[in-house]
Amino acid sequence: MGLMEKIFALLEHGPGEHWGVHPDDRKRPAADAPLRVLPLPERLHVPLQQHIGAAARPIVLVGQKVLKGQLLAEAQGATSANIHASTSGTITAIGEITAPHPSGLPCAAITITADGEDRWIDSEPAVDPFSLAPKDTAARIAAAGVVGLGGATFPSALKLGLGLRAKIHTLILNGGECEPYLSCDDRLMRDFAAEIIDGIRIMLHATGAQKAQIGIEDNKPEAIAAMTAAARKFAEISVCPVAARYPMGSEKHLFSALTGQEVPADGRTTDLGVLVHNVGTAWAVHEALRHNRPLVERIVTLNGGAIAFPGNIRVPVGALVEDVLAYASLKEVPARLVMGGPMMGSLLPHTRVPVVKGSSGILALTAAEAAAYDPGPCIRCSSCVRACPVGLLPLEMSAHIAASDLNGAVDLGLKDCIACGCCSFVCPSHIPLVHYFNHAKGELAAQGRTQLRNDAAKRLAAARAERIERDTREKAEAAARRKAERMAQKAAEKAAAEAAAAQEAAGTAAESSEVTT
Amino acid sequence: MIAAILSLSLLGLILGFGLGFAAKKFAVETDARVAELEALMPGTNCGQCGFPGCSGAAAALADGKASPTVCPPGGKALIQALAAKLGVSVDLSGVADEGPKIAAIEEEICIGCCRCLKDCPTDAIVGAAKQIHAVMREACTGCEACVDRCPTGAITMDPVPITLQHWVWPKPLSEGAKAWA
Amino acid sequence: MTGFVATAPLASPHAHSGGRVTWVMGKVMLALAPATLYGFWLYGWPAIHLWVITILFSLLGEAFCVRLMGRRAIPVLMDGSAALTGWLLALSLPPWAPWWLGAVGGLFATVIAKQVFGGLGQNLFNPAMVARVALLISFPVPMTQMVAALPLGSVGAPDFVQGLRITLAGMPNYDAVASASLLGHAKTELSRGIDLVQTFASANAPALSFIGARTGSLGETSALLIAAGGIALIFLRIITWHIPVAMLLGIALPALIGHAIDPARYLGAGTHLLSGAAMLGAFFIATDYVTSPNTRLGQLVFAFGCGFLTWVIRTYGGYPEGVAFAVLLMNALTPAIDRLIKPRIYGRDRKGKPMELPEEKA
Ligand code: SF4
Ligand code: SF4
Repeated sequence: MGLMEKIFALLEHGPGEHWGVHPDDRKRPAADAPLRVLPLPERLHVPLQQHIGAAARPIVLVGQKVLKGQLLAEAQGATSANIHASTSGTITAIGEITAPHPSGLPCAAITITADGEDRWIDSEPAVDPFSLAPKDTAARIAAAGVVGLGGATFPSALKLGLGLRAKIHTLILNGGECEPYLSCDDRLMRDFAAEIIDGIRIMLHATGAQKAQIGIEDNKPEAIAAMTAAARKFAEISVCPVAARYPMGSEKHLFSALTGQEVPADGRTTDLGVLVHNVGTAWAVHEALRHNRPLVERIVTLNGGAIAFPGNIRVPVGALVEDVLAYASLKEVPARLVMGGPMMGSLLPHTRVPVVKGSSGILALTAAEAAAYDPGPCIRCSSCVRACPVGLLPLEMSAHIAASDLNGAVDLGLKDCIACGCCSFVCPSHIPLVHYFNHAKGELAAQGRTQLRNDAAKRLAAARAERIERDTREKAEAAARRKAERMAQKAAEKAAAEAAAAQEAAGTAAESSEVTT
Repeated sequence: MIAAILSLSLLGLILGFGLGFAAKKFAVETDARVAELEALMPGTNCGQCGFPGCSGAAAALADGKASPTVCPPGGKALIQALAAKLGVSVDLSGVADEGPKIAAIEEEICIGCCRCLKDCPTDAIVGAAKQIHAVMREACTGCEACVDRCPTGAITMDPVPITLQHWVWPKPLSEGAKAWA
Repeated sequence: MTGFVATAPLASPHAHSGGRVTWVMGKVMLALAPATLYGFWLYGWPAIHLWVITILFSLLGEAFCVRLMGRRAIPVLMDGSAALTGWLLALSLPPWAPWWLGAVGGLFATVIAKQVFGGLGQNLFNPAMVARVALLISFPVPMTQMVAALPLGSVGAPDFVQGLRITLAGMPNYDAVASASLLGHAKTELSRGIDLVQTFASANAPALSFIGARTGSLGETSALLIAAGGIALIFLRIITWHIPVAMLLGIALPALIGHAIDPARYLGAGTHLLSGAAMLGAFFIATDYVTSPNTRLGQLVFAFGCGFLTWVIRTYGGYPEGVAFAVLLMNALTPAIDRLIKPRIYGRDRKGKPMELPEEKA
């Protein structure tokens, strides 16, 4: 950053950090309640796509008996992840279930009817992860179906692989958990600090990074204390408290807070030699390499004003939200049911949707908590501009999108928007800014797909036109050839006839001359 | 008074000439524009627009005889691209885009006459004489050229189902629209 | 109790800071209240009547337009923006002005300067200032007829009914108390060829004091109370320091330089800042959300321009006060400022190009 930029920044917002918002965190008392375990539901519906990328391909049949941890579906293609059985039982269906997604559309899922024994599959004894080559570690993580547990659900092995190529010097562990209400990472760090540290050491070994920094927001003193104690023995691992500020848990923002650098707009943190993983991922890596256990359960925060007993709870992947809510008891029918945090989580269409690997929380919010009002006109207060952690102009972008000028919004930086929700959160007119951006991003993607399709159609049409032209040309040529042949034949016949006539005319000499023709 | 009238008239004249000159000077060659527009069109010459092929539609667009919404298979993306090229604005919210559709052949009714096959601009229909034909979903552009050709009415246009991967957030109701309701 | 079914896909976030437009406007009004009440006390019942009438007609104008568009008026009026516009306009009128000045001004502000542009958030110019300038140009005499303060309860102060009479029927029998504001006085004397040093040395110069009973419109009487309200707004996070500070600097810097060069020709910085509508303009007028730039850097430029133009108009222009003109001129530049000055996007430079990777890594 040049000097000029520094002066500008100072004039704009004074010294120090400025981006983002400070929502009321509402993490307690849920964060302080001891971890509970969900009683095993009767049926589990395990979706085939719980990650960014292609859906996994099922390798089991209906009626087949499976054990907990058995592979149900294989990763398909480079960006995909394995799916495992979250309990022992029988496969009763390979069909569809409503996805945990605001659209309410279905997704493919494998239904397991539990036998109640919850028996793990026998696996070979784990080897010492520090004796493994980095590639083998990544392969084992991939086999265990580990994906980023922070919400983006990017396959973790792939991310480690990116790291292998880019020469990583630092590993950053994201324990920011900046979303209000959520405390699953907090709970994990308090209860499984040693396991997380072990996972971090394995990742350090696998990436060849020299040091690891664990970024934890300073509103989680217990987690900071637990992690610091667990990391004491290892000089290369340090715990770095960061200011509580939303969206501190955004990869790029945590990176900036810890390193003071910025990730270039078209780059990744790995370009700067830093790999960022969620603390939950470190725990999953520990489970996968030390105990050969694939990712089949996770800690989910249950919170919100409509929940009678908020807290954190271990839930097998595929359990229905309905089951989880029944266990935690609702006080009232919630105004909004959200999977994930209140800032970026998705609204659930109803309660019969499964918990997936990326589900960090289930929030049953009352109307007062959701604080939704009918939108009014933009008063250009620029609160959104000040809140945007990326430095965008939400009011201008949404105005362009409202006028169907998507390209205008792209010129203003729509593609840089991380959908963090800060702008909508502060807007005094309650304008659904993020909704506008979601719409525009989806519409642009759809237009891109249509464009591709149209291009393909154009190629096909051109090929067809060429084929038809070739056909007619060939036909014409063939016709011409035939005509030429016919002509030649006719000429020959004529010649022969003339010759014959001549011969006839010639009379007796004919017999002998015919032999020559 | 006289001076004011004179000076204003003079100003008007100068500006008028200026505008006229600019219009002449910066006028875009029509042919070049038609070619550019045609490059944007699907190029399947399906005829749904009512013009003789995509080039005909492009010429009509350049002449202002057709609106950017002329081409059904092009969808919203094409409308926007055309509008941008023509420098006009269109309100997409009014465009009834029921989403893409593609042709489907009912196997029970198809008699394998090969007529549809010959009319498909993208060769998306496969089949042979006396054998049931089928549409390749990837290649079909939804131009409907085949529908009327089928002697038994076996071809229907079915909407492409919306999946999780293709779902798009609906546009929020504008603040104005809400307040008016 | 799991009978939850969502009716429509709602986008995140599912939480809100709790801010609402009505409360924003309400807080601004609250910050204006001390200065207004002080003005009421100073100028008595006529000022109160005028204030009520101006606000009423602003609301009326807004309601009329909204009804004309076939929408329900009450929810729109509830956002408080029309009332605030009326309030600000009332603060910039002479306190004993006739009722129709407030009525015409209020209607003009909401109908012509706001609703014609498309309503809240769409107007290019500050409605209160547009109305004030329109009144000043159309009715220069009543708009500049100031009275000396006659605090409530003092001898000769008009009571409720007399106040009504003054507001509704003009002020025939109060000629005696006519007075001039400090800036107006200075301008008149300068134009008569009397330099400022002499002007202020003479006995009948208008008093200049912080909270004092300075002659002027309601919003001009107490720089201190206005500034206090403005600072409260900064603490309430309704506005930031950028616009007020830059605007006051924009007035003070040229005034300092001018006064240092020729004290007989140029008023001092203190006088400039504490007289006229400088404080009201800096804290309440230039900070109007709708008509000021989006970025703080842009706001600094905008407000400095407002301040500087105010000084220029006060010093060289035909009118003694220049805040309204200055703000309107800068309002016209706001779209241009917003185009030129945008926030820096994360990972990009000011021009929007992606940042370079550090050398060693690239
Ligand atoms: S514009 Fe995007 S990145 Fe900026 S605050 Fe809004 S949602 Fe977040
Ligand atoms: S926060 Fe809302 S009202 Fe304020 S400028 Fe942004 S969009 Fe407009």
